[in-house]
Amino acid sequence: MTRTLRDAAAIAGIGQTEFSKSSGRSELQLACEAVKSALDDAGLSPRDVDGMTTFTLDTTDEIEVARAVGIGDLRFFSRTPHGGGAAIGVMHQAAMAVATGSAEVVVVYRALNGRSGQRYSQGVASDVVTSDLIHWSWYLPYGLLTPASWVAMFTQRYLHETGTTSEDLARVAISTRRHAVNNPNAFFHGRPLTMDEHQSSRMIVAPLHLYDCCQETDGGCACIVTTPERARDLRRGGVLIRAVAQAAGAEQEVMTSFYRPSLTRVPEMEVVAKQVYAMSGLGPRDLDAAVIYDAFTPIVLWQLEAFGLCKWGEAKDFVRDGGLDLGGRLPANTHGGQLSEAYIHGMNGVNEGVRLVRGTSLNQPARNDHVLVTAGVGVPTSAMILGKM
Amino acid sequence: MSNSEELERALARYVGAEIGPPAVGPDLVNAPMVRHWCEILGDANPVYTDPDVAARSVHGGLVAPPTMLQVWTMAGVALAGGGGPAADLQQELHALLSEHGYTSVVATNCEQVYDRYLRPDDRVTATTVIEAISPEKTTGLGTGRFIDTRTTYRDAKGERVAWMTFRVLKFKPAQPAQAASPAAAPAKPRRLRPLRSHDNDWWWQGVARGDLLIQRCAECGTLRHPPRPMCGACQSLRWDSVAASGRGVVYSHVVMHHPPIPGYGFPLAVALVELEEGTRIVSNVVGCAPDAVRIGMPVQLEMQDVDEELRLPLFRPVSGAAEEAR
Ligand SMILES: [Zn+2]
Repeated sequence: MTRTLRDAAAIAGIGQTEFSKSSGRSELQLACEAVKSALDDAGLSPRDVDGMTTFTLDTTDEIEVARAVGIGDLRFFSRTPHGGGAAIGVMHQAAMAVATGSAEVVVVYRALNGRSGQRYSQGVASDVVTSDLIHWSWYLPYGLLTPASWVAMFTQRYLHETGTTSEDLARVAISTRRHAVNNPNAFFHGRPLTMDEHQSSRMIVAPLHLYDCCQETDGGCACIVTTPERARDLRRGGVLIRAVAQAAGAEQEVMTSFYRPSLTRVPEMEVVAKQVYAMSGLGPRDLDAAVIYDAFTPIVLWQLEAFGLCKWGEAKDFVRDGGLDLGGRLPANTHGGQLSEAYIHGMNGVNEGVRLVRGTSLNQPARNDHVLVTAGVGVPTSAMILGKM
Repeated sequence: MSNSEELERALARYVGAEIGPPAVGPDLVNAPMVRHWCEILGDANPVYTDPDVAARSVHGGLVAPPTMLQVWTMAGVALAGGGGPAADLQQELHALLSEHGYTSVVATNCEQVYDRYLRPDDRVTATTVIEAISPEKTTGLGTGRFIDTRTTYRDAKGERVAWMTFRVLKFKPAQPAQAASPAAAPAKPRRLRPLRSHDNDWWWQGVARGDLLIQRCAECGTLRHPPRPMCGACQSLRWDSVAASGRGVVYSHVVMHHPPIPGYGFPLAVALVELEEGTRIVSNVVGCAPDAVRIGMPVQLEMQDVDEELRLPLFRPVSGAAEEAR
């Protein structure tokens, strides 16, 4: 009998701090606050936790958080690499841990002072010597060293091959912003975005305008993963992880896979899509809503294609038809996304995925049986499909 | 009572106070000032300057750029004048802090929130409240106190149109460093250096000699870039290299604008060049305007010493290509 992670784990609680440009406190404290709020949501005590997982990029050690929050003995801890690609990778780790009995209650967390502390937009610095600095050395001398610049290189080619325009990218940002307008936790709460504002916003890296790029945020998010049986008895019940998977593609680099035959597909996301559909027995038609990783607008289009929601090159038509809007084919990023709510490396999206299935999103679509949640693009990545118990 | 307690007590009196009577905009919101502002800042949005386009827009007529907010009530030349007795509580507070050694000032944060667009003939009035004065903090600039103010902007009917929070640091400047000798002058920022290792050093040595090398599997002949120790096609560890002809085409490209990175000239054209041998390489395109680069543009290798220590393989459009692309 083949074992899979289908329906093997559930999310029993979610928590987060406020999102801001200057938290005024340490990343450790943000992590502690987010974890405590997720435990409260689940109705669990710190002593119930026996596993923890986060991103390799997180600066806060599991055991630091554990000590501070009063978590006792840990039986499982792990880290997932590659920036935002880890957003659902951590959920994969947690699901594997509870499915195998390695742990019963796993805390997933991510906290960063992404605006007041180290800012990703400032690019790779050569004074941080890491094993992959040889990789970055092919780009550093030429100045191609910010996330926006790497995504822009793929974007230019994608626009060229598919006839997608900057206005189509704007449609992603505008749709997402419309959701943030209703969300008091969102940076852009109450502030809609117009096509004019998008098009006249300054160039960051052509062809990407300011509003094609996500924000930089201080904040923390956490959630609690446990077995479906345990979740059933808890305060909020559980949101079932119907399927969860990770992938790295052939010829993968971190953000700079420029040497593959095509620059206009995301092979690792196609591998993830194939896995989550096979594992859940679901297909693109079964998805009712989604949280699509949106560090930059074009990557939303590429994921629509990778997940089979439209054909290659036709994501522009999907967004022109309002496909991402409430009432559209696939209401997406109903919290405002990372473009307009906050950039917590995709973990605020995990929390929104849970709210969508619970029916408590501030922009709740009518149907919510199956919700797709994805992770970073351009890096080894991950995704999951959430559903009802 | 110590001097510092006395100061704390004096400062506390300012918190929560309005700095003076409302500042009334000397001019109504008007088209000429909007046009000057848009020209200077390069904002080409026609809803600010073109009545016909504005009439057809969602605004139904001309509006002022929201970020122009402060302009309407700014004191202008009087503000720059300085000197003289304090005209309002904010200036009085600054003078008090200066007396206590906090002689320098720097603006650190400003946030504006807009309730509605301003339109021609709006009369703007601003009321400013000192919201907070921080305890003494030590920053890179020196030790000082943050002063937070909140300004509320209202129209002629008294309806709020926007508000703004503004934070300044009033500080004692840190001791100036020893007068720098010419030798100690900060080095001109330079491009980041590539890190050299066993797996790429040979390639950079090729560049130093003037060759753009492509790694080649000695077993199956597969070319690969960037270099790596094993052939992904046949797993051979044996490899040699060939010198590229230097001819290629732009496969994709970007123009970097923000954030500017010291040591590189911005805006900066970066291209993914497909060499005629079939491998691709990231480099800069020189010899044409950054926004003249196009996908498919033929380019030619140009070895350039970008500073005394770094030679890079850059690319230049083959003659005529940049003009054709226009
Ligand atoms: Zn070979």
